[in-house]
Parts: sequence; C-alpha cells; structure tokens
Amino acid sequence: METSFAWLEIFLNASFWVAAVRIATPLIFGTLGEVICERAGVLNLGIEGIMTIGAMVGWMAVYQGAGLWSGVLLAAVCGGTFGLLHAMLTVPLGLSQHVTGIGITLLATSLSSYVYRLILPEVSSPPRIQAFEPLEIPGLSSIPIIGEALFKQTPLTYFAFISVIVVAYVLYRTPVGLAVQMVGENPAAAEAQGLNVTLIRTGAVVCGSAFMAVGGAFLTMSAFNAFFFNMINGRGWICIALVVFASWRPGKALLGALLFAAFDAYQMRLQQLVGTEIPYQIFLMMPYVLSILALIVMSRRVGYPQALMIPYRKGER
Amino acid sequence: MAWSGASVLEAYWLLLKGALGSGFALSETFARATPLIFTGLAAAIAFKSRFWNIGAEGQLYAGALIITVLGTGMLDLHPGLMIPILVVSSAVAGALMLLGPVLLKINFGVDEVVTTLLLNFIVLLLVSLLLEGPLKDPMGLGWPQAEPVTEAAELPRLFRGLRLHSGLLLALLFSFIFWIVSIRTTLGYEMRAVGFNQKAARFAGMPVKRVMIITALISGGIAGIAGFSEVAGMKGNLTLDLSPGFGYTGIVVAMLAQLHPLGVIISASFVASIFVGADAMSRSAGVPSYIADVMVSVSLLCMLVSVLLVRFRIRWS
Repeated sequence: METSFAWLEIFLNASFWVAAVRIATPLIFGTLGEVICERAGVLNLGIEGIMTIGAMVGWMAVYQGAGLWSGVLLAAVCGGTFGLLHAMLTVPLGLSQHVTGIGITLLATSLSSYVYRLILPEVSSPPRIQAFEPLEIPGLSSIPIIGEALFKQTPLTYFAFISVIVVAYVLYRTPVGLAVQMVGENPAAAEAQGLNVTLIRTGAVVCGSAFMAVGGAFLTMSAFNAFFFNMINGRGWICIALVVFASWRPGKALLGALLFAAFDAYQMRLQQLVGTEIPYQIFLMMPYVLSILALIVMSRRVGYPQALMIPYRKGER
Repeated sequence: MAWSGASVLEAYWLLLKGALGSGFALSETFARATPLIFTGLAAAIAFKSRFWNIGAEGQLYAGALIITVLGTGMLDLHPGLMIPILVVSSAVAGALMLLGPVLLKINFGVDEVVTTLLLNFIVLLLVSLLLEGPLKDPMGLGWPQAEPVTEAAELPRLFRGLRLHSGLLLALLFSFIFWIVSIRTTLGYEMRAVGFNQKAARFAGMPVKRVMIITALISGGIAGIAGFSEVAGMKGNLTLDLSPGFGYTGIVVAMLAQLHPLGVIISASFVASIFVGADAMSRSAGVPSYIADVMVSVSLLCMLVSVLLVRFRIRWS
C-alpha cells in the first residue's frame, strides 16, 4: 500500500516545487513578452526564434568572457532588435503578422545556429559556462516545502516575478500602459487622442521581444548552462497558447506559466515512478496536448484585444 | 558569410556550382525540391484561403507513418496498384491531421497557427514512440528506424545511379492540377473568395465553413503525400530525421511563389538549390551550412517587403 500514494507524495517534495518554478521562468518571460505585443495589437510569432537568439547570444557573451548581467542585457538588446524588425514589417508596412512572424523565427533560429557554428566550428559536446548561482533569501527559504522554490532560485527567476508586477503596474496604472491597451483595442480612437499608433505598437513589440529573449537566455544561463540546437523546443509556441489561457493579463500569465510548469515537473517525476511501462514519449507529449486543451477550454470566453492582427493605416476606414 | 573568412564571391560560385554545376548536382537539387514542392503547395493552398497551416511538418510525418505501416509488407500488390493506394492513404493521413485544427477554428475560434504548430511536436514524438516500439526495424542495429518499404511500394528512380525519383513528376502533376483548379473551377474561386473577404463570401451565399474544411483537407493531404514521396522515393524507410524542416521551409516556398501553384515549382527549386549548394559550399569553403537557412529566411522577408512595395507603386503612379 505504501507505493500507491507515491504519486501524491511528489507534491510534498521540495525539489518538485523548485523544479516547477525553474521550468516556469522562461515561460513567464515569454508569455509576458507576448502579452505586451498582443495587447498593442501585434501577434508576434517570432517568439520561438527570438527566444533562441536570446539563449545563444546570452550564453555566447558569457562564454567569451562577458559578465552574466551584461550577457542578459545583450540578449535583451538582440531580442529587441528582432522585435524591431518584426514591428517595422508589420506595423508601418502592414504585412501579414503570421507570415512575418514565422519568417522572423526562421531567420533568428538559423542565425543563432550559424553564428554558433561560426564561432565554435568543431565542438561535439557543447561547452558549459559558469552560470547564475541560486540566491538564497535567508529566513524565508527555510519555509517547508515551498520555501526553497520561491526563495532559493537564481536571480533571473526573481527578475521574472518582479517583471510581472512591473508590467502589470505599467499596463494598468500608467499613461503608457493605457496607450498600449488603446492601440490594441481601437487604434483609430487612439489616433484621435493624438497618440502615435505606429510608435506605440513598435515600442511594445520591441519591449516584449526583449522579455522573450531574456526568457531564452535563462535557459542557457541558469538552467542548462550550455547552448544546444533546438533547445527552445516549442516553448515559444506554448507561450502563445499561455497568452490565450491568461486572457492577455500579466498576473494570469504568471499563474498559467506556474500551473503549466508544475504539471511538467510532475509528469517528469511520474515518469520515473512508473518506469518503462509507459513509453516516455507519451509524457513528453503532455505539455503540447495540454496547451491545445487549454486553448479549447478558454476559447469560449476569450477577450481578444479587438485590433489584434489588424494593421492600422492612417485615414483608412 | 564574410565573417567566416571565405571570399564572398568564391563562396557564391561554389554554391552555384554545387547546386547546378553537374548532372549529379542537378539531380540532388531537384530531389531536394520534390518535398518542398509538396509542402509549398500545401502552404500555398491553405494561405490562399487565409487558413494558416503551419503544420505541414507534422502532416508529412503522418503521411510517412501510414506508408510505413502499409508499405512494409502489410499490403502486397502490384506496383501499379500499390503506389496509387499509398498516395491516397498518405493524403488521408495528412488531411486527418488538419481536420482537428480546422474544426476547432470553425467551431470554437481556436487559432489554427498554435494548434498546427503544437501538433508538429506531438506527431514527431509519436513517430519516435513507434520507431522505438512496434515499428522498429529488427535489422536496424538498434537505430530508431522503421523497416524499409517493399519493392512494389518504391517510387522508381528517374535516372540510373541518381537519387532523383518519380516523386518529382507527381509533385509537378499536383502543382498543375491545383493551378487548373484554382483558375477554372468554382471551388478554386470560392477558396480565393474566402481568403480575400470572408464576410463578403458568406454574403454571396458561399458555404464558407465547407470551403475552409475542404481547403484544409487538401492542404493537409498534399503535405501528407510529401511524406510518401520522401519515404518511398528518397530514403526507403522512415527515420526521425526524414524531414529537416521541409514543412517550415514550405511556407517560405509558398510565399516566394506568391501562393501561385506553378510558382511553387520555381521557388522550391530555388530554395532547394540554395540548400544543396550551401552543403557543397560548406564542404569546400568552410562556411557553416546553416547559412542556407539564413539566406532562405532573408529572401522570405525581402520578398514580403518587395511585393508590398510593388503594389504601392502601382497604386500611386
């Protein structure tokens, strides 16, 4: 009878919660970035590629001798640059946001692989870097079960949590945030208020893309400490699903990412529990299946930003 | 390319020679173009109706999977009967893959981009599962690969000793058929109308939902046949690296062709020549072969912009 409750005991294990928060971090950054873009009315399917280039650039900078935080900064700048490219094509030029986004993903992903191979032509096993160390907050981290998960993480995880609060504040409580929401809901009205729609949308996409890139950088600089090809592995697309799940709200995005990551961490432990009876691929499929299910469940009550995916041209009715 | 230290002009010359310089090179280029014509056609058909099928990769594998099940000894027929049956069954498999996303889109408004993208990962994991389980080739020395298809299921080679196979003829045939369908039939007209303005199409009494489902089924089916052509013509068996992203490259092919069914043939050959040429170039000039992906994605973005600029000039002059 002892083993039959093993699937429940996983939840009492502190390492499970630590893993859940760790897995959630890149998703938090990615989803937050996508929320910012989509709130301004621009779907950013470049997310997968932007996360990849963030992962590569951040890692490569540190590998070449830069400091950890300058690596993160460089990754954010690179992500912002690709965001700018996406915004230039989709906002003033009004190109299809779907196709451009896929194009950005293809470009950023291939460029990451290319530059990586160019700088390191002959390495079979990916070299590692001295990555971020977990930063313990004394006192709080000794709370049983969840203490370590919330208060003994790497600095980037804390940064993710802080970002959610900052973005939520900016989005709901400042003129800038209201302007972003407005160009995503009704650009013509925003224009009538004297706001520059093109500028605000571009700014939101650049800013959101920078967050995505930091999410990618977390993977190479806090989780795996190395860069692999295909390491993003669909995380960007999962973030797109999470945005819908979160109904475009930063707070719910955090919740969604944590829930998702907890599920992911749980299935990994369950996998060890059942051994080889069930093929491991079934478990690996779960996150993707779950994302699709979440989309279906949430689809009935979604409040899309009204102008999402609709390019704005001045004077057009 | 200049970064990698090779002379730029020389590198381009090597690329050109590697892609088109000899009978062997031409055969390789067109063999590479064959799956791209299929996936490009799949994307072109779907995009024309503004159905964003990003799942050609998964549909290709679904087609390949069914071929492996049927073609490795389950069916034993004369090649004249065998090959048509396999073509149809791979098309059905691919089409079924897209049935879910299109129904979800129509009935629940779930964004098909995310669902088709996530399905790619699910199918790939399913293939991996089956290749390590029931479909594993006992003679495969432990590699996760399926048994080779029987001789009757193989697509004949076009020239002795070259890898170019009759899948190319099949691809050309399908491009031609869809060109005729799109300009000469009611269905083709309706597909364009739905893409151009859904509301207007509905107002004109067109069965919008039915047209979208048919479009999706055709698009998925064509992508499924790509899987058949690769297994039966090129590789002989199903492996996990059957497609190096043919599904995603198909999107680029379709956009370069401006969604024209015959244009797809030209753009697929162009893209294939870059890939094959870049392989040759990377062998002789030491430029990483990822340059091909970079060049292809840059050409996608350039094409998008130039199409737009051309359109603007016509209006204003």
